[in-house]
Amino acid sequence: MGHTLAEKVWRSHVVRQAEGEPDLLYIDLHLVHEVTSPQAFEGLTAAGRTVRRPDLTVATEDHNVPTTPGPVLDLISKTQLEALTANCAKFGIVHHRRGRLGQGIVHVIGPELGLTQPGMTIVCGDSHTSTHGAFGALAFGIGTSEVEHVLATQTLPLKPFKTMAINVTGQLAPGASAKDIILAVINRIGTGGGQGFVLEYRGEAIESLSMEGRMTICNMSIEAGARAGMIAPDETTFAYVQGRPHAPTGADWDTAVEAWRQLRTDDDAVFDEEITIDAATLTPYVTWGTNPGQSVTLDEAVPDPAELGDDDARGNAQRALEYMDLTPGTPMRDITVDAVFLGSCTNGRIEDLRLAASVLRGRHVAPDVRMMVVPGSHAVRLQAEQEGLDVVFTDAGAEWRLAGCSMCLGMNPDQLAPQERCASTSNRNFEGRQGARSRTHLVSPAVAAATAVRGTLSAPTDLDTPTGPGPRHTSDPTHQEVPA
Amino acid sequence: MEKFTTHTGVGVPLRRSNIDTDQIIPAQWLKRVARTGFEEGLFSRWREDPSFVLNQEAYAQGSVLVTGPDFGTGSSREHAVWALQQFGFRVVISSRFGDIFRGNSGKGGLLTAQVAQPDVELILKHLENNPGATITVDLQARTVTADDIVASFTVDDYVAWRLLNGLDDISLTLQHEDDITAYEASRPAYKPVVTAETGAAPRAQIQVSTAPTGD
Repeated sequence: MGHTLAEKVWRSHVVRQAEGEPDLLYIDLHLVHEVTSPQAFEGLTAAGRTVRRPDLTVATEDHNVPTTPGPVLDLISKTQLEALTANCAKFGIVHHRRGRLGQGIVHVIGPELGLTQPGMTIVCGDSHTSTHGAFGALAFGIGTSEVEHVLATQTLPLKPFKTMAINVTGQLAPGASAKDIILAVINRIGTGGGQGFVLEYRGEAIESLSMEGRMTICNMSIEAGARAGMIAPDETTFAYVQGRPHAPTGADWDTAVEAWRQLRTDDDAVFDEEITIDAATLTPYVTWGTNPGQSVTLDEAVPDPAELGDDDARGNAQRALEYMDLTPGTPMRDITVDAVFLGSCTNGRIEDLRLAASVLRGRHVAPDVRMMVVPGSHAVRLQAEQEGLDVVFTDAGAEWRLAGCSMCLGMNPDQLAPQERCASTSNRNFEGRQGARSRTHLVSPAVAAATAVRGTLSAPTDLDTPTGPGPRHTSDPTHQEVPA
Repeated sequence: MEKFTTHTGVGVPLRRSNIDTDQIIPAQWLKRVARTGFEEGLFSRWREDPSFVLNQEAYAQGSVLVTGPDFGTGSSREHAVWALQQFGFRVVISSRFGDIFRGNSGKGGLLTAQVAQPDVELILKHLENNPGATITVDLQARTVTADDIVASFTVDDYVAWRLLNGLDDISLTLQHEDDITAYEASRPAYKPVVTAETGAAPRAQIQVSTAPTGD
């Protein structure tokens, strides 16, 4: 019997196997950020250990940085950022600091720098490490004890995962996006449905997606409870990786591609579970509740808890609607927002910004709405500026910020006020996620942009023809397709 | 790591499902670099409500948390485990746990006892009817006992072995350092090593000098 993609990557990284013990897996790349690492470095030092492979470790600042220029004013945050700088200097780890090219959200810079490649094992003290699975890497989030373990040994003891195939057949209709695929998957299998599994997204719709779209999907695997999500590498993947700073070159490139082509799930491999979703039936999804599985399509209304499955689902929905201050039966399009957040490791890449800008060009953000656009990395920011997207955003009345996790997680200065409601392209609508007592609706970049214009949850098709000024930089030569 | 064999303590009924780690400890508490002091952040937003279970006198000494399915989903923050432990919890009982949270708990010595949902329901009712009642958790026998309720629980065998013996993962792995070195010698040459190289901005030549610098 053949093997799945996940099994192949697993098997090629086993350092040691013993009866009754977890496999010891080698880790090809360890991504480090300021929040989940200080206690790991402290533990390492206290035990008199060192970093085994600083050359397979890379650090950046993302969760806790302000996205406006100037010094870090919060002293506790400043101490944490300084701790990372000091730890990286002490152990010889490359560290991409705020304001420098290379800095950005850890899951945006890995692929961007060409560090994320097919067939690798990649870990980070962050649950959205699943993002890197878009390249056919086995990538998953770990806790701080495991961060320390990887720093010390470059390995992790792990029990094998089960595998689940998510077949996404057909093609997305215009107006639907990768974000809608993953929100539909989570809606279908629930926030716990993927526990213990590696998800493998496959099928025509997945193969047609860009790497950015694939990353959006793998990113939210954890919201379905799965530690990792993967997509088989193909020509789209190779074209994305080739030429990046850490990509193999010359004969190494050919050897690598040859190896990567072998990673696809064998035809006779068997998944532990399998589900199928028809992409052609998907329309934009929006969450109404306080976990990413509580969603409906934009065309629907806020559900009535009384009509939901079991006691537990009813209780959860009731509580979520109270928290979200929503009434059953309200059409989703009637929900008014105070803020729109475009960014995060889910949707803060150049393609996401281009899409949102295409909706906002010549239009204006609604008077009572604050829209924040936060590029996922410094490089994304520069690319967007070269394409004139920043001008589209600022002309439309949105804020154009520096790279970071920003309003995704209610930690740095970018937060909602209590009771404020936000349409957000991020990944979690948990209670208080974007600030104490804040309310989040998860949406795609296109829905975020349209919502900003109308002030209520909307799709681009709900908008009137643009009447505002066109882009100032119409002659900008950088309006070109970036090589795939 | 402290050994775990059996534990008897006050059970705290937290009748909610899908408790993500953002609820266990909100992000604002994650700015700290120390490993202690996280008990203050435990369920801090919910504790603003005076009727919240942890604010009730009967549960002040609580050490066994009994809760709904899918406890500890979401963020990988191990601070959630530290917050529970530093508040005084030794065991969490649920029918399903988030994968990363369960892994983090095992590393830090917090026992995640997976009990079938009907049994969790019985224990919750018992605790709600008898505030301050105790629960005994026996890791060797893999049982949870609350008065006349005796339920079995599952936990990963290897994690149980480490907890029973109080063993630290890293020192166990370092016993196999030769295997790691041997593996490293066999890694393909095309695998990336990290350099400070960032290239130009992706696919474009852009001046970075106008960018704001870090403080």
